[in-house]
Amino acid sequence: MLSKTILLVIVLAPLFGALVAGLLRNQVGRKGAAGVTIAGVLLSCALSFHVLYQLVWGGATTFNENLYTWFQVGSFGAHVGFLVDRLTAMMMVVVTFVSLMVHVYTIGYMADDDGFQRFFSYIALFTFSMLMLVMSNNFLQLFFGWEAVGLVSYLLIGFWFKRPSAIFANMKAFLVNRVGDFGFLLGIAGVLFWFGSLDYSQVFGATASDVALTRTVEIFAGHPWHVATIVCVCLFVGAMGKSAQVPLHVWLPDSMEGPTPISALIHAATMVTAGIFMVARMSPLFELSETALSFVLVIGATTALFTGLIGIVQNDIKRVVAYSTLSQLGYMTVALGVSAYAGGVYHLMTHAFFKALLFLGAGSVIVAMHHEQDMRYMGGLRKYMPITWITMWLGSLALAGAPGFAGFFSKDAIIEAVGESHRWGSGYAYFCVMAGVFVTALYSFRLLYKTFHGKERFVVDAHHHGHGHHDDHHDDHGHQEPGHLAHAPHESPWVITLPLVLLAIPSVVIGWFTVGPMLFGGWFGGAIRVSQEEGRDVLGEIGKEFHDPLHMVLHGFTQAPFWIAFAGFAVATWIWLFNPGVTERFKSALRPLYTMLNNKYWVDELYQAVFARGGIALGRGLWKGGDAGLIDGVAVNGSAALVDRVSATVRWLQSGYLYHYAFAMILGLIALLGGVWWVNHLAP
Amino acid sequence: MIQFNPADLATMLPELFLLGATCTILLIDLFLKPTQRDVTHWLSLAALLATGVLVWRDAPAQGASIAAFNGMFLRDGVATVLKVFVLLTTGLVFLYSRDYLRGRKLFVGEFYLLLLFATLGMMLLVSAGNLVTVYLGLELLTLSSYALVALNRDSAVSSEAAIKYFVLGALASGLLLYGMSMIYGATGTLDLAKIHAIADFSANSPHRMLLAFGLVFLVVGSAFKLGAAPFHMWLPDVYQGAPTAVTLFVGSASKIAAFGMTWRLLDGAMGGMHVHWTQMLGVLAVLSLAIGNVFAIAQTNLKRMLAYSTISHVGFLLLGFVNGSASGYAAAMFYVISYALMAAVAFGMIMLLARAGFEAEEIDDFKGLNQRNPWYAGVMAIAMFSLAGVPPLFGFFAKLMVLKAVIDAGQMWLAIVAIVFAIIGLYYYLRVVKVMYFDEPHDATVLELPRDRGFRWVLSLNGLALLALGVAWGPLLDWCDRAFAVAALIPR
Repeated sequence: MLSKTILLVIVLAPLFGALVAGLLRNQVGRKGAAGVTIAGVLLSCALSFHVLYQLVWGGATTFNENLYTWFQVGSFGAHVGFLVDRLTAMMMVVVTFVSLMVHVYTIGYMADDDGFQRFFSYIALFTFSMLMLVMSNNFLQLFFGWEAVGLVSYLLIGFWFKRPSAIFANMKAFLVNRVGDFGFLLGIAGVLFWFGSLDYSQVFGATASDVALTRTVEIFAGHPWHVATIVCVCLFVGAMGKSAQVPLHVWLPDSMEGPTPISALIHAATMVTAGIFMVARMSPLFELSETALSFVLVIGATTALFTGLIGIVQNDIKRVVAYSTLSQLGYMTVALGVSAYAGGVYHLMTHAFFKALLFLGAGSVIVAMHHEQDMRYMGGLRKYMPITWITMWLGSLALAGAPGFAGFFSKDAIIEAVGESHRWGSGYAYFCVMAGVFVTALYSFRLLYKTFHGKERFVVDAHHHGHGHHDDHHDDHGHQEPGHLAHAPHESPWVITLPLVLLAIPSVVIGWFTVGPMLFGGWFGGAIRVSQEEGRDVLGEIGKEFHDPLHMVLHGFTQAPFWIAFAGFAVATWIWLFNPGVTERFKSALRPLYTMLNNKYWVDELYQAVFARGGIALGRGLWKGGDAGLIDGVAVNGSAALVDRVSATVRWLQSGYLYHYAFAMILGLIALLGGVWWVNHLAP
Repeated sequence: MIQFNPADLATMLPELFLLGATCTILLIDLFLKPTQRDVTHWLSLAALLATGVLVWRDAPAQGASIAAFNGMFLRDGVATVLKVFVLLTTGLVFLYSRDYLRGRKLFVGEFYLLLLFATLGMMLLVSAGNLVTVYLGLELLTLSSYALVALNRDSAVSSEAAIKYFVLGALASGLLLYGMSMIYGATGTLDLAKIHAIADFSANSPHRMLLAFGLVFLVVGSAFKLGAAPFHMWLPDVYQGAPTAVTLFVGSASKIAAFGMTWRLLDGAMGGMHVHWTQMLGVLAVLSLAIGNVFAIAQTNLKRMLAYSTISHVGFLLLGFVNGSASGYAAAMFYVISYALMAAVAFGMIMLLARAGFEAEEIDDFKGLNQRNPWYAGVMAIAMFSLAGVPPLFGFFAKLMVLKAVIDAGQMWLAIVAIVFAIIGLYYYLRVVKVMYFDEPHDATVLELPRDRGFRWVLSLNGLALLALGVAWGPLLDWCDRAFAVAALIPR
């Protein structure tokens, strides 16, 4: 049995840290803020491991209890409760572990920043919110966590709130997420409306699935839709916003305006995977609707391939990783779409480790380059920062799916699952994920070569010594010429490299221990439910041929994905390691393609033109016509004039004369008496 | 035949204790030098606290109603809740007022004694089981209040307010008594439960008209005490004229008692005629909402604005009665408690800003408060937002519960009217917030706070309570619901 106290401590320890670091930031100072938040998250992380241990080896059963009732209105109760099964426990471990790494890393990364305490407060608050999200046992608390992580993400993208680009980016993230959250809210409303409860255990129960399968709604006349389909599609729209799926992906690359630690924590490892987690948690619902799953599948496949392509032409080191994140989120979504929920969640876990590693590595490079993020001014960095170099290689190998690395097991399983599936859209998805493997290898190794290998494309400028180094470092783009550094780059301090090493370890080895039970062993138990109809349980089918990780690795060498990835590696090596000049020729030969990718398919421009302009135009119209004309002119000024007139005529009543007051009372009395008399005599 | 049963004394132990304590304080105060007035202050608070403990300790079981003195005095769930909050808000009045009174040479024993007697009156009033007890409690309360309003004898405004209050109050008392006599004439009893049982409202009853007119007078008496339009005229003048400490009392604790009286009279005695009085209260509610909110906009004096705001809140409170059911009364009780706590913060803030020779009762006096003291600007902002009914503050849920009761009663149009006026009301509350945060202060010096640390702490806690109760309003609403759960106090 899991202890309620332990679960509460896991959630509240980061919140306590956040409150202390945030509200008492001047009292506790920098060291205090870092200390208290790290202690909170460390405690939380240790206890999460304990919970996982208890669930897997300690024989503990699933914990599902309401801890606090916020209010009860009629039959509807709003509760705070925890549902902790293996799925939750895995998420808790991933969230708190990556969060802990990021906390430690932040000490080094944000060392010179004025908002040091504020930053710690935010990331600890994020950890609390994310834990509330994954540990919830009902939709309302899920929504609370969902919005809370969104809020912290907003605050952190705009952390350097004096930069116009950061403000633009956080507003964009906020607005795009609004679209997704609207769908999500509709989905939750649908759940409450049709199933009569927001409690997971009731919604996933048999009665609810009866309702979901038998009730239909005609959204367009003549086309009845199952309730399950509507609810699932709406919920998935929420996931599309949070997990940045096409066409709601536009906010994630821009979110790189935030400090790098949060790119690792929020925009790679945890928050953006909330959508994946949510769909996996809702697997009993999604299993009821083939249509919704096909929708999920197609969206995921599109995201996986097309956002990866953009990554190839990016020059900003963080943006390459950001597009890679989008693409990998697409892979996870594809897994969900073919009912391989365990595969999606498993990839979520491995991805959390290696992508956090890549982001933190990129951050380490950025620190070394004095906040230069453009890879065109890097190169040859490996001799300056060996630890970063090696860990980045390990992370990239894991990302590209080199056999034996963590990413191999999860990605290979997804690709095989898609191949096995017969769902509508799976053919398209199979193509996308296969092609995506090539693209992944291409941009991963491109990043490595352009950053760490080849010639140094920067100049160490002794004249600038002491010129800008101690300035507020995050806005020093302005006074520094690109490619000119005041100091030679150097390896980052231990608080930065230690998290890299600690994240590199699971990125390399975790697959060997976990792939058997988690993917094929029914490890998640009742948390993930897959329909046992013919041909639905694709992971189960693959699992029949699975013996042990070693065989899977050896088998992997003979499979298409490996050779495709290898081809990507070879092409990348040929171009960016040996013939860097060739890219210019490619660019001019493939001008239209390059332009399209460089402009990210013009999606941003489209949204800007249609939604942003349209929204502003609509707002202006409502303002001028509706607000200024109708409301201000007629309602406000009109009623103000009316009030003026009324109070002018009635003021004599409140004249200050006693007899007027008494007179009013008597009048009131007479009116009431008259009313009663009238009622009794005319309507007995 | 009225018989004296000594055991009845135990039933009203809290009241008897308060009476004894007040008389003792009266005697002690006689022998105190003006410099030792703090003794009276703390003794009064201790008396309230002890009375509260007694009320709490002897709270009857849920649904139980203990009658004493042949039903003259009732102790039930409703009485318990109301008494607890009457004592609490009176305690707040004492805590908030000390520095204010001292600065105006009003720090005298009379203030404490009159308030204690008024408290005793309120406790009687909410426990009344008989028209005589109602009247007794009411007079004890109002007579003390008249004197309190005139506490600042040298102020012409204060005296004028007291005279107006007294004359109009006497008129209202007269009307109430007249109504009581009509009802006595029709039923031959003064006992609320018996009136409920005997009164014959059927169409062919010979006393139908007499009862109906009696009911009107009872409604008018209650409406005067609550301050519902058009019986509200005294309210702005009294609020503005009385010393702020007294205004705080009139605006908070006495409203809770008035709610209790209204409920005892209308539901307790005249429950059978609820078709009539729910209609009357509906009309009064709409009038109060309209007059309160519209007139408040025009005010520049904060106390006067809060007076009109009170009228509008009374309108909301009366809407809870329109339902004529336990859940509606519970919502109204929840509302009156929330209003009393919010008003306490608002008037407390006025006293916080006031100094000797400066009343801080103009809205302009709050200009730029945020620059001078952000914490108390925040507390005032919470109070204003809560009064306006902005979620997630206490005032929002109070409004929500009343609206829910109104909609349950099928009176959708009343709910819509209430919402429209609540939105109009938003304007004048937000104006205070705007003035505090966006206007330049008259003098940019740091706010000089009163020395009374207890006052500052309790005021801050009171403000934060509005936030806390907005988040966790469940238990309090539950308590209100349970108080009315039986309503079998007087069987229908």
